Amino acid sequence: MNADQTPLIEFSQVTKFYGRGTAGFQALRGVDLSIAAGDFVAIMGPSGSGKSTAMNILGCLDIPSSGSYLFQGVPVEQLDRNQRALLRRTYLGFVFQGFNLLARTTAQENVELPLLYRGEKRGARHQAAQAALKSVGLEGFAHHTPAELSGGQQQRVAIARAIVTRPQVLLADEPTGNLDSQTSNEIMQLLTELNHELGITVVMVTHEPDMAEYARRVIHFRDGRVERLQHNGGRD
Amino acid sequence: MWSTLLLALREIRRNVLRSFLTMLGIVIGVAAVITMVTLGKGATQAIADQVSSLGSNLLIVRPGQRLGPGATSAAPPFKMADVVAIQEQVSLVRSIAPTVARGMTIVAGARNWSTTVTGSTNAWLSTGSWQLAAGREFSDAEERGGQAVCIIGETVRRELFGGQDPLGLSIRVKGFSCEVIGLLVSKGQSAFGSDQDDTLVMPLKTAQRRITGSQDISALRISVQDEAAIDQAKRQITLLLRERRNITDNEDDNFSVLDTRQITETLSSTTKVMTTLLGAVAAVSLLVGGIGIMNIMLVSVTERTREIGIRLAIGALEREVLLQFLIEAVVLSSLGGIIGIGLATAASIGLAAVMQLPYLFDPAINVLSFLFSAAIGVIFGYFPARRAAQLDPIDALRHE
Repeated sequence: MNADQTPLIEFSQVTKFYGRGTAGFQALRGVDLSIAAGDFVAIMGPSGSGKSTAMNILGCLDIPSSGSYLFQGVPVEQLDRNQRALLRRTYLGFVFQGFNLLARTTAQENVELPLLYRGEKRGARHQAAQAALKSVGLEGFAHHTPAELSGGQQQRVAIARAIVTRPQVLLADEPTGNLDSQTSNEIMQLLTELNHELGITVVMVTHEPDMAEYARRVIHFRDGRVERLQHNGGRD
Repeated sequence: MWSTLLLALREIRRNVLRSFLTMLGIVIGVAAVITMVTLGKGATQAIADQVSSLGSNLLIVRPGQRLGPGATSAAPPFKMADVVAIQEQVSLVRSIAPTVARGMTIVAGARNWSTTVTGSTNAWLSTGSWQLAAGREFSDAEERGGQAVCIIGETVRRELFGGQDPLGLSIRVKGFSCEVIGLLVSKGQSAFGSDQDDTLVMPLKTAQRRITGSQDISALRISVQDEAAIDQAKRQITLLLRERRNITDNEDDNFSVLDTRQITETLSSTTKVMTTLLGAVAAVSLLVGGIGIMNIMLVSVTERTREIGIRLAIGALEREVLLQFLIEAVVLSSLGGIIGIGLATAASIGLAAVMQLPYLFDPAINVLSFLFSAAIGVIFGYFPARRAAQLDPIDALRHE
């Protein structure tokens, strides 16, 4: 394991305030958390608890109103839009509840997309995408468009797209929210595999306790604060 | 860059009908501009051709100053001595055709026809760039003796003789009979709209003796050695005639020397103004086409908000998204430009044929229109593209 003392992700007293004055909304009220490289963390909490806001900040899509977010020791709140985009394309992979694949675009092309932005050569893009599709069990579906794939298959394409760049962290926002329980379990097994075999840190938001079971740790949010931390011994 | 281009092409192919409608404005604009300019050039060329068919190195000298259409100030006519003097003293003159002309009715058999009867010399043929389709020129004896012979134009032949060969037949002109010895090659309509083939020429002496009844000469058609020397020849002729007509330094000329280049310039300047005006109207439609592109691009950005969100989340930089949409707009508009050029080429060739104008392909206006249409894509695509690039990824992903 990585013996580095700096955690991969570190929140200290992170707050997030939307809007202005009394009409505003305090989504995060001073969150401290740290996630080490190679961890598998689930974030749970009722709606409005701030878990999505925390996820946006984790994913460098947003910055804290106050407090500090260190990613690999870099203070993200001090980066501008483009620097955060560069950080996302280099270290982060995203999986969304609604899959968010480009419509009328083949699985292959969807998976190649992040590599396109990284300026990879055509041949390298092709190979990496093929490998990523293979690792999510979608060999032979490269030329299917999202409309021709089932929900579970679409989510696999999305996961392939997220890991094709070999990211440090895979951020999954309710990845099983639109799937039936059998498919959900398959997806969770896939995420666990990626965590174990490739050493990708997985941070996942979910409201299904069954899915959170797959994680090594669960962070419970309530009213913009971390309510409690839970360690799963279980399914390793 | 290359992959962005492919991406844009794929996007355009994904929605063929809408892409086509978007391009339509540019297509029509470009096609209109190019067609107008091409036809305008053709018209100018046609006028230049017709005027130069009069002889590009031709000077026409008339007594009196032109005061406007049909009006001339009274002035003494020229005499044969003037002709001889010009011939001898102005070395730049190649040939000089003294002419008298009258509009009159001529008769052959049972048919009659109103035409212009000109009395002149063989030089009339060369100064006017006339060729003989049949027959011969006047002989020296016919010119000197003022014999009753004539050369006729195609229109006169058709009206008086129908399908008959006119050579050797005779035409009655003001009470005397005149033998047809030559037929002119048809020139068609002149740039001024008159029928150049509606003419009958006889020797100068014949016309002076039997028609005008005087030694007067009403106009001189002078062909100059070299087109480049035409201004110099004009000056020399003017000086000589002023001297011969006893015009003092502070008096105006009582004659005018006109060259065909002046006529060409006057006529083409009218065409040029028309071309410019029509081109400007067409350019406005290009502008409207550009606004159409902006409109569709804005709709497209809204429609594809989620896609933009995905791209941004994955790590696309602002300028990469900007470039993508900008290239889409430019590809759309320049594709429109290319189609417009094709359409304009077809339309210009067709219309030129219908309007009997020469078709002149003008590479400059085609290249310029293409570049302009591409520029329109940049200008009108920038605002929507910037809007796309500046979307907040979180909001964009949430967008339904």
